[in-house]
Amino acid sequence: MKNYIATISGAAAVAVLLAGCAGGPSRSEAEYRQMALDTIKRDFQTKGQAKYERLTADEVQQACNAHANNPPPELAAKLAGAQLATVKLPADGKYLGDWKEGEKIAQSGRGFTWSDKATDPAGGNCYNCHQVGPNESSFGTVGPSLLGYGKTRGNSPEMQKYTYSKIYNAKAFNLCSEMPRFGHAGALNETQIKHLVALLLDPASPVNK
Amino acid sequence: MNRSIVLATALTVAWSMPVAAQTKDANAEFEKFRAEMEESNPAELFELKGEELWKAKRGPKNISLAESCDLGQGVGKVEGAYVRAPRYFADADAVMDIERRIVWCMTEKQGFKFEDIAKKPFQGANDNNAPDITNLVTYVASGSKNMKFDMPLHDAKVRDAFETGKAMAAYRAGPYDFSCNTCHGADGKRIRMQNLPNLSTPEGALRGVLGWPGYRMTGGVMLTSQWRMNDCFRQQRFPEPKYASQAVTNLIAYMTGNANGQMYKGPGIKR
Repeated sequence: MKNYIATISGAAAVAVLLAGCAGGPSRSEAEYRQMALDTIKRDFQTKGQAKYERLTADEVQQACNAHANNPPPELAAKLAGAQLATVKLPADGKYLGDWKEGEKIAQSGRGFTWSDKATDPAGGNCYNCHQVGPNESSFGTVGPSLLGYGKTRGNSPEMQKYTYSKIYNAKAFNLCSEMPRFGHAGALNETQIKHLVALLLDPASPVNK
Repeated sequence: MNRSIVLATALTVAWSMPVAAQTKDANAEFEKFRAEMEESNPAELFELKGEELWKAKRGPKNISLAESCDLGQGVGKVEGAYVRAPRYFADADAVMDIERRIVWCMTEKQGFKFEDIAKKPFQGANDNNAPDITNLVTYVASGSKNMKFDMPLHDAKVRDAFETGKAMAAYRAGPYDFSCNTCHGADGKRIRMQNLPNLSTPEGALRGVLGWPGYRMTGGVMLTSQWRMNDCFRQQRFPEPKYASQAVTNLIAYMTGNANGQMYKGPGIKR
């Protein structure tokens, strides 16, 4: 027994020594997260429309930051539910705009940087991350391809409502989705989102040809 | 051949291909062209200016950096300094990347005012000349050409900077909920045609630090890692990181630490 303890403490000492030599992290992840936050709050400043206040994470961002984008299911469900409640559906009950306008919005990556004018309308940034229409080969791959989106999903009122809501607030469906909350953030208005819904769902849209 | 003609020809070739003629081909074309350009990289002009500045007596205290500035390898020693930073500097009691350290030397040793350096630290698209600090960084970086990254990650303070940088890269906030990792946390991602390095891997981190400081053909400007971090936060829709701040050092430490052991090729050339 004595030997056993000696071996363990010996092994522990070696482990500590190794850790010291290898120079592994000396603090917990939570501590480093706090140090990161303190550093960010101290070392960033307002520039143009990108105000200092943007650094403060809201409750969704906080939950995702604290849990490496994988919060406990109960918390995720509760917060996603609250996000869904923020979605303002069109008063006229219509979801489909003009897909041609939608294509223009999907192409534009403007908006919200400190070099953008705050008064200029923001773009949808869609092609930055997604394949959308078949005629644009310069598309990103951060998000999934949306080519044929309506063809595979149909154009039912439920699908229209879902697609509108997803663009309005992606976090209502997947709390730590990488996709911005375009309606919630005030980046895209009702009309613009309807145009994007049409781009994705209208059978006449090139996306579904 | 005249360099600008080479440039124009290659860009025309790369950009006049049918849109559908594959991202991959265009990227491969460009990479080939860039490799050729690196043979006679315009960054060399900035290195030469930087060397003059390094050796000249300057500032209110009329002293040169060569005789007063320790980049971690001994006073005035430039060789290997770039690939062994960020590192901890006891006299400043801070972990610093090379640009931040040179700024520290300029203020503490030469007597320049930080505000004057920070007023315009990066070359703008319409500026004929790069700021002195950019030339100095380029000169110092050239002293690490073909040396392996060897940031002293075993130093507890450097490790803290690295780990804090890693946590900063994961921090989501702002109107679009973006963090650095939104674009740079996974393999094989692109924004439009632009390939995004995964900074958490040795290969991706190397792509994050390789070629900086770099001569950017768009606008014909010389830019440093400090600028690269700054512009990332612009695109992230964040406020601006203060120039030569700890925040920027931490992020550079995160990337350099992950790139450790791999070869730095010196000041580079960028699209």
